[in-house]
Amino acid sequence: MTTKLMGTPVQRVEDQRFLRGEGRYVDDIAVDGRTLHAAVLRSPHAHARIIDIDVDEVLDLDGVHAVWTYDDLTGPMAEPLPLLIPHPALTHGRTQYALARDEVNYVGEAIAFVVADDRYVAEDAVGLIKVSYEFLKPVVGIDNARAAQHLVHEDVPGNIGARLEQNVGDAPAAIAAAPHRLELDLTVERSACMPMEGRGTVARWDADIDRLQVWTSTQTSTGVRAAVAVKLGLDLGQVDVITPDVGGGFGVKIVHPWPEELLVPLAARALGRTVKFTEDRREHFISSAHERGQVHHVEVGFDDDGRLCGLDVEFWHDHGAYSPYGLIVPIITSTQLLGPYKPNNYRVVFESLYTNTVMVTPYRGAGRPQGCYTMERTMDAIAAYLGKDRAEVRAVNFIQPDEFPFDQGLIFQDGRELEYDSGDYPASLEKIKALVGWDEFPAYQAEMAAAGRQVGIGLACYVEGTGVGPYEGAHVHIETSGKVKVATGLTTQGQGHATVFAQLVADELGCRFEDVEVVTGDTRRMPYAVGTFASRAAVMSGSAIHLAAKRAKEKVLKIAADALEADESDLEIVAGVVSVKGSPGSSIDLGTVSVLSNPLRYAFDEASKAATQFSVGDPGRAPVPEGEEPGLEGKDFYSPERATFASGMHAVIVETDPLTAEITILKYAVVHDCGHLINPMIVEGQIHGGVAQGIGGALYERMAYDESGQLLNASFMDFLMPYVTEVPDGIDIDHLETPSPLNPLGIKGAGEAGVIPSAAVFASAIEDAEGFSITAMPISPSELFALRQQRAEEKS
Amino acid sequence: MSEELHDVRLVVNGTTHHTQVPARRLLSDALRHDLALTGTHVGCEHGVCGACTVLVDGKPMRSCLIFAVSAVDTEITTVEGLTEPDGSLGPVQQAFAECHGLQCGFCTPGFLTTITAGLAENPCPTHDEARDMIAGNLCRCTGYQNIVKAVERAAVLIEERTS
Repeated sequence: MTTKLMGTPVQRVEDQRFLRGEGRYVDDIAVDGRTLHAAVLRSPHAHARIIDIDVDEVLDLDGVHAVWTYDDLTGPMAEPLPLLIPHPALTHGRTQYALARDEVNYVGEAIAFVVADDRYVAEDAVGLIKVSYEFLKPVVGIDNARAAQHLVHEDVPGNIGARLEQNVGDAPAAIAAAPHRLELDLTVERSACMPMEGRGTVARWDADIDRLQVWTSTQTSTGVRAAVAVKLGLDLGQVDVITPDVGGGFGVKIVHPWPEELLVPLAARALGRTVKFTEDRREHFISSAHERGQVHHVEVGFDDDGRLCGLDVEFWHDHGAYSPYGLIVPIITSTQLLGPYKPNNYRVVFESLYTNTVMVTPYRGAGRPQGCYTMERTMDAIAAYLGKDRAEVRAVNFIQPDEFPFDQGLIFQDGRELEYDSGDYPASLEKIKALVGWDEFPAYQAEMAAAGRQVGIGLACYVEGTGVGPYEGAHVHIETSGKVKVATGLTTQGQGHATVFAQLVADELGCRFEDVEVVTGDTRRMPYAVGTFASRAAVMSGSAIHLAAKRAKEKVLKIAADALEADESDLEIVAGVVSVKGSPGSSIDLGTVSVLSNPLRYAFDEASKAATQFSVGDPGRAPVPEGEEPGLEGKDFYSPERATFASGMHAVIVETDPLTAEITILKYAVVHDCGHLINPMIVEGQIHGGVAQGIGGALYERMAYDESGQLLNASFMDFLMPYVTEVPDGIDIDHLETPSPLNPLGIKGAGEAGVIPSAAVFASAIEDAEGFSITAMPISPSELFALRQQRAEEKS
Repeated sequence: MSEELHDVRLVVNGTTHHTQVPARRLLSDALRHDLALTGTHVGCEHGVCGACTVLVDGKPMRSCLIFAVSAVDTEITTVEGLTEPDGSLGPVQQAFAECHGLQCGFCTPGFLTTITAGLAENPCPTHDEARDMIAGNLCRCTGYQNIVKAVERAAVLIEERTS
């Protein structure tokens, strides 16, 4: 038998092209002198009525081919963009138009779309468009949205898009009766995914076959395809969407259709030319999506051990100007806030509020970082109140290993019960304590204090629902060359799918790893698919690919048994060769089996010639018997009942400078449980990246809107993403592998985990170093300095 | 009125290209769209992220901050020029593959060119120097841990290949 590849750190196959500069990102498609380029006029105002748009000068500019405003849109294109995920509680869902109609609601909203010979000319043309506005009062920030002195949308009272409450037991009563009570107010500011590659779309209309091809930098090819077909009035069968290499997603690219994803195909069909739109960085800041901005009020009741009696959380979610992605983010906060704990009685209510800012949709973690921060701040507050060890307070609240499956009694983001499938939180806690040196820390802290240095330790635990449905599918095709072509419909934005999925196929099918080629996100190859988000790709497509490979293998064995005149159960497949166990001379390679699977057998190649020595099929029956298909393929879908729940714990030791309040990371430790690992190298890479992104969110990144709704830091100069200088030199990682009982591979998702506990763990550590409460994140040195001064004033 | 075009001769990866560009055309755009060398990526267009870094006469420079017309009479190396003559991966590229130094791959070309220049200047960097070498490039996927390892591994590979 060959060694299983599952669980081994196989080097990535996709790196070969990336490292040579041969990746194909969307802006690398259609690089020729004939492609036309688009630019978008975006609103410079956060809230205004459009009185008039004058495009007269635009078409006089040499090199300009066309310009569209709202008045040029007809049929479905003139309707608002879809509200992708409706929810009964979203009583006032609002979406924008592909091009603004009458009103703009954030700086960056698309108003006009120009197509020209190149991007430079297209931007010149945008500068010639004259728009008259009547200014309206902008609503910026959660406080102003709640005050509702002004409205974002005239017909949305109180700026409230949705209000949702869930209850388990009677939290207010349990809190009132509890031995101890605390209240906390906790804030998290806005940040954004900020992939290195922004959005982009290329479209080509083939008039000879009435068919549209779209390449787009998305997290869902199938979603874009359906949206384009509906909006352009095409049959689904006339639209192909291909997701090429994607330069990072982190959530923002799950939103679809973006205005440009419709306008580019519209222009390509109208002009009969290939059209490309590539978003620039400023556009990404002001016209793609943000996340994280929430304000939380917690009331908690607990006993002498710190055990929760009841938890009552009210929070306000800033969803920006529109709500195309429904309530996914606040629903996740409200449910995943519970983490590994049993609240006993829980009430959660949120309001989702409109503001005149860029819309909010999921960003890696998708509401979990805020939930984790809220819960973990509460745990720390309980420990501080009782004078107990923070780890101990967490431990008494853990769901125990023998309590799985554990139903939290809530409805999760996918509309299913929030039921945890498996986990071992006490074991994770022991591991993280050992990894970071939790028990030894007080002595170290005292030693450092004696030397005039301030250090603090923080701990944060989370549970992450991963691998949400509804389904993914896979197709495995063994060619006559013996090569194995695999397709799954979800997309790839850096996760190494071409490698990990090939590992699974090689293991199940018994072919050589290097003979497997994986294609993702191409609707021509797999038209039914959902997308890559919610840490779901490995669980969903991984399972589907495993099942599809199994089906292909069944067919291989059936044909090979016939050809080798052996019993199927006596066969094995190793390195792409099927042979009778113990009789290696009696064998047939996969390519030859593929030839035999197709009764149409022109001898094009050596494989076909080789196949002539075998005879398969019953001469008395049809060449393709009933119930069979020609070709050596396997196809299957995976659709689990519910999500699988990964978990983990992070700990950090920070030093805060007594003079400058600079925050330095001395040690960062991660314990992570995502079930069985397909490729530990890739999982660790995901954790590294998540931790760095979390550090950005906890210590550096924020969207600095002024009161008029202008984003003041819309560049990499001013929005401070971590360089290597901001991340710790080394991250200590330990894995726990508690398999999921829900899928054939026992895996759970890993993509988002690294970023979830960051705000929580840093707040915990800085609080420990400083000795006063940290209730607003991110926190900069100047904010910490101000807190110290405020504290000193309060004392004096 | 059409824009005035300028004849430029760009020497990229040892090959001479003649093209005509407007004065305002960025070197990054000329490389990508006029010469079809799409390995050089554009991440911010204001010189902060480093994805578009190319070597100009051996020095790492941000091609989004250089006009194509000002790059004449220079020798430019892009990521496509970092492979060995036989088509195999160059040492920095090889180190990235071995160390899992990339995920989405978008920022990678800028790191590869930056590190190539860095190791030419300092072939045996200390660990801190290896971190310093990449401190001007942004990556949103990897958290840099494995890129630092790749710098150190590349130094070893260069040493092995030249000795």
